Amino acid sequence: MYPDEFQYTKDHEWLRVDEDIATIGITDHAQKELGDIVYVELPKAGDPVAASESFGTVESVKAVSEVYSPVTGEVTAVNSKLQNQPELLNSDPHGSAWLVRVRLSDPKEIAKLMSAEEYEAYIREDKAH
Amino acid sequence: MRYLPNSPSDRAEMLRAIGYGSVEDLFSQIPQGIRFQGRLNLPGPLSEQEILDFFRRAASQSSREYVSLLGAGAYSHFRPAAVDAMLSRGEFFTAYTPYQAELAQGTLQAMFEFQTLMTHLTGMEVSNASLYDGSTATTEAVLMALRLARRNRVVVARTLHPEYREVMTTYVRHLRTEVVDVPYSASGQVDMGELELALKQETAAVVLQSPNFLGAIEHSGKVAELAHRSGALLIVAVTEPLSLAVIKPPSEADIVAGEAQSFGVPVAFGGPYLGFLATREKFVRQMPGRLVGQTVDTQGRRGFVLTLATREQHIRREKATSNICTNQSLCALAATIYLCLLGKEGLKALAQQNLAKAHYAAQQLQAVPGTALPFAAPCFNEFVVKVPGRAEDLLRELRREKILGGVSLGPFYPELQDHLLVCVTETVNRVTIDRMARVYDHFSNRKKAGSAARAAASQAVGQEKG
Amino acid sequence: MKDYIRHARPHVTRNEDLIFERSSPGKCGVDLPPLDVPAVSASQLVGEEFHRQEIPGFPEVSELEVIRHFTRLSTWNYGVDTGLYPLGSCTMKYNPRINEVVARLEGLATDHPYAPAELAQGCLRILYETAQCLTEITGMDAVSLQPAAGAQGELSGILMIQACLADRGNPRKYILIPDSAHGTNPASVTTSGYEVRPLKSDAHGSIDLAELDRAMTEEVAGLMLTNPNTLGIFEIRIREIGELVHQRGGLVYMDGANMNALVGIARPAEFGVDVMHLNLHKTFTTPHGGGGPGSGPVAVRKFLEPYLPSPTVERAADGAYQLNYNRPKSIGRVRAFYGNFGMAVRALAYILANGSEGLLQTTQDAVLNANYVMRRLRDVYDLPYNDQPCMHECVLSDRRQAARGVHTGDIAKRLIDYGFHPYTTSFPLIVQGAMMIEPTESASKEELDEFIEALRAVAEEIEEDPEFVLKAPHTTRVSRLDEATAARKPILRWKG
Repeated sequence: MYPDEFQYTKDHEWLRVDEDIATIGITDHAQKELGDIVYVELPKAGDPVAASESFGTVESVKAVSEVYSPVTGEVTAVNSKLQNQPELLNSDPHGSAWLVRVRLSDPKEIAKLMSAEEYEAYIREDKAH
Repeated sequence: MRYLPNSPSDRAEMLRAIGYGSVEDLFSQIPQGIRFQGRLNLPGPLSEQEILDFFRRAASQSSREYVSLLGAGAYSHFRPAAVDAMLSRGEFFTAYTPYQAELAQGTLQAMFEFQTLMTHLTGMEVSNASLYDGSTATTEAVLMALRLARRNRVVVARTLHPEYREVMTTYVRHLRTEVVDVPYSASGQVDMGELELALKQETAAVVLQSPNFLGAIEHSGKVAELAHRSGALLIVAVTEPLSLAVIKPPSEADIVAGEAQSFGVPVAFGGPYLGFLATREKFVRQMPGRLVGQTVDTQGRRGFVLTLATREQHIRREKATSNICTNQSLCALAATIYLCLLGKEGLKALAQQNLAKAHYAAQQLQAVPGTALPFAAPCFNEFVVKVPGRAEDLLRELRREKILGGVSLGPFYPELQDHLLVCVTETVNRVTIDRMARVYDHFSNRKKAGSAARAAASQAVGQEKG
Repeated sequence: MKDYIRHARPHVTRNEDLIFERSSPGKCGVDLPPLDVPAVSASQLVGEEFHRQEIPGFPEVSELEVIRHFTRLSTWNYGVDTGLYPLGSCTMKYNPRINEVVARLEGLATDHPYAPAELAQGCLRILYETAQCLTEITGMDAVSLQPAAGAQGELSGILMIQACLADRGNPRKYILIPDSAHGTNPASVTTSGYEVRPLKSDAHGSIDLAELDRAMTEEVAGLMLTNPNTLGIFEIRIREIGELVHQRGGLVYMDGANMNALVGIARPAEFGVDVMHLNLHKTFTTPHGGGGPGSGPVAVRKFLEPYLPSPTVERAADGAYQLNYNRPKSIGRVRAFYGNFGMAVRALAYILANGSEGLLQTTQDAVLNANYVMRRLRDVYDLPYNDQPCMHECVLSDRRQAARGVHTGDIAKRLIDYGFHPYTTSFPLIVQGAMMIEPTESASKEELDEFIEALRAVAEEIEEDPEFVLKAPHTTRVSRLDEATAARKPILRWKG
C-alpha cells in the first residue's frame, strides 16, 4: 500500500528523493481522513520551505488541513494540475497528485523520517486510539 | 405562561419518568453559593394587550408624525406590502441557518437569487449572502484587501461615512494599519491630486464611497486607475444602492461593499440592516460571510448549498476570513423580494423619481437667498445645502412644520458648520418640499431682518459709546 | 423495512425555478405613484459618464408571481413553527407573534437613527430598558446593545479586556480558549489581535484546573469560556476558575450562548465573569430568520463600563433618554448607529411577556426537556459524560452506531424523514461523532416522546439496514447534495 521508496511523516506527508530534489505529497491515509478534496493552496516556485513548517493547505468540504514540509529547501516545482483537479488527491495521492518539488538544503533531514513499514505501524496504532 | 407547551402534570410525569423528585434536583450540581436567590427585578409578566400598550406608548414618542429628509446611511423608502407578507411566513423567519440543505432549500434558493441580484447591481462577479451592515461590510472589505495585498496601509476618502471609518478603525487598530485620509475637492468629490500623492507609498487599498457622504457621485473609474497603477485594490462603499439603478456601477473596483437597507428593510432606528460584499471571482476564497452555491443531488436535481465553508469560523476557527456566524439573512430575503417586485424597470423608475425629487428640492432651496449648494458634483438623492444661518436654528424651524430637514454636517465635518445633508426620496412629496422652501425663505428673511436690526443696534451702541 | 414513522408524511409542494427563469419583459410588481415634480433626464442630470441605462439580469415579474415564488420556496423550509428544532446551542425556541407586531409599529420601525433625541425618546427608552433588563438577568452593571450578533459581542468584549489591561499597563498577548469552544470564539480572538491558546478539557469535558493553572501566565489576558459548556454541563468549579484567572491579573469572558440554562438560576456576574455577550436570537426569542439578523449585546462589570462601545444610551436626571458620545475610554464603534434596534424591541417584548416568574419557568422547562431526552436515549446512544444532570442541552455520541459505519451526520439525515430538524452534528469536537440536542422549553412532552421514538427507531434501523440510513433523507424535495462539486467548481450566481 505505501510505497517503500517513499519516506513518511507523522503528519501524513510522503517524500521521495531523487538526488537533491524531494517530491512531497500527502498519504492515502490523509486523503481518506479529509474526504472529498475540493481545493489545494500551494506555494510558488522559488518560495522557501522549512522542516515542520506549513507550506500550504488541503481543503475538503468540511475541513482544512495544513501541509507541513518534512524538509528545508526551495520549491522548484508546483503541481499545477491540482488547481483544476483537486480530486486527484483522492484518487492518486501517491502518484499524479504530488504537491511540490523541493531542492533540499539539508539532505540529512531525511534520516528523521519514517519508512513505509514504520508509517504503516504508526497509522495502525493511531487508529486504535 | 402561554409560550410553554407543558402542563404541570406533564412536568411531573417527565420528572417521574427520569427518576427525579423535583426540577430543583436538575440544578443540584450548581454550587449553592452561586445560585441566584429570590426574584429577578424585572417588569412583567404582561398580557399581549399590555405589551402592545407599552410599545404603542413608546411609538408615540417618536418622529412618526414628521416627514423625514434624513439619509446619511439609512434611507426611508416605501416598502411594498408583499415584502412583509412573505417575511412573515414562519418557514422563512423561524428557520435556522441553512446548514441542513435538504430542509432549507427555500432560504438557500432565495439567497442564491440575492447573490445574483447583487452581482448585477454592483457590476461584480460574485456576492456573499450578507454581512451585518454597511459599516462592517466596508470594514470586512478592508480586512480582505489587507490579506490579499499583503500591505498594511489604507487610503480612505474623507467622504466615507464617518461612522464607517470609525468602525474600520476599531477593527484595524491591532494590525497597526496606517490609515491615511484624503480630503475632498471643491466639487465634493475626492481630491484626485491628493489621492495620487497619497498613493505614492505602498498601499493595500483605496476606500471610496459613491455616492459619498456629501451626496456626490465619484469617478470610480479614474480612482480605480490610480489605485491599480500603484498596486492597490479599490474598494467602493455604497450606502444608497438604489443609486445603482441609474448610475453606472463601479465595475472597475475590486470590491463593492455597503448597505442594502434601502431595499425593503425598515429604517428601524439604526438596525437590523443589510451589509453586502461583492467582488471578483478570483478573490472568492478570501471573502468573508456565507456563500450559497448551486449543485445537484444524488438524482441530478438542481439544489443549493452553503459552500466554500472552509473560509468560515466554524471550520477555520482562528484562521477564518471573518468571525461572522449569524448574518442578516432575513433582511437579505426582504431585499430579494423587494428587488424582484420592482424589477428591472421598476427600480429604474423609482431611482428616477428620487433623482427628480432631490433635484427639484435642490433647485427650490438654492433659489432662497443665503442658501447655497456648495458642491457641484452630480448627486443622486442626497445633497449638501449651506443654510442661511445656524443649522440648528433652521432645523428647529423646520420641525415646527413637522419636517426633519436634514442631517447637520458640523458634528461630522467641522469645516461644514451650518451645512445640512438633505435626502429626498420618493416618500417626500412636492407639497412638503415647497413648504420646506418657504421655511428656508422665511428663515433667511428673518436673518436678514435680524442682522439689519443688529447692525442698526450696534451702530446705535457705537454712537452711544463714541 | 418496518414503517416506524407514524407522524411524518411527505407532501406535494410545487416546484419552483429561479425568479430569473420566470422573468419576462414588460412585467413589474410595483406601480409607483405619479411623479409630482418635473421629470428629469437622468443622463442630462448626472452626465453620460455616470448614467446607467439599465440593470442587466434583473427580473421582470408581477406581484402575484413574486408571492407564489416565495410562498413555494418557503414550503421547502423547516422552521421552529413547523416543529421541534433540537439544534444544540442554537436555542431554537418559539418566536412570539406579538414581538413581530410591536417591532412593526410606526414610530419604532420607521424612525431614523439621526432623528433628534427629543423626537426619539420612545426608541431610546426601549434600548435603555432592554439594557436594564439584561443587566438584571446577568447581574452585570452595564450593557451595550451595539454588537450586531454574538460574534461581534465577543469581539467587543475581548477588545474591552484589551483596553482595560492596556490601561493597567500591559494588554498581554494570549486568550485561553477551551477545546470545546464554538468556532466564533477563536475567530473573534484573532480579530482582536490576541493569540489563541487552546486549553484541553478534562475527562468530564470541563475546564481542567491543573491545565488552567499551567496555562494562566502573566502573558495571558484572559479566559474565554462558555457556561454551561458546549456539552451542556455546568462548570461546577467556576468560582475557582475565576479566582485563578483574576489572581494572575487576567479577566474572564463568558460566551452567553447557553444562557437559556441560567436565566433566573445563576447570574454570571456572581460567579466571576467580568464581561460576556448574550445572543438575543437564542435566549431572547428574536427569530433566526434563516441565518440572521441576530443581536449580540455585551454586558460588563462596573470597572469595564468606561470601555463600552460608543455611544451609550443613558437617562438624564430629568428622565430624558440621550446618547452619550463623550466616552474617552471607549473601544470605539463596532458598527454604525446603535445596534439591531428591531431585535431589542422583540427581546424586550419577550421579557415583558414573561416577567421573572415566566423566565424562571422557561429555564426550568428547557433543562427538564433536555434531561428527559438524555435519560430516555442513553441506553441506545453513547453518553460520553453521564454522571450528572445536563443543563439545557445534552451531547450524545455516535460511537456505537459508527461501528456499523453510520455516523452522526447520517443519523441526522434519517431523522429528517421522521419529521424533525436534525440536532447539531459533529460539534463539540471533543466528542466522537457528537449529537448535540437542545430541545428548548418550546417542546411539549408529546413532541419529545415522538422525537425520542424517532431516534430509537433510527438506532434499530442502523442495526437492521445501515445502508438505508446512509442514503437518507428519502422523503425530502432534494436528496443529499453534492457539496464537493459545489466547492470545487463554485456556481455562486445564475448566469442564464
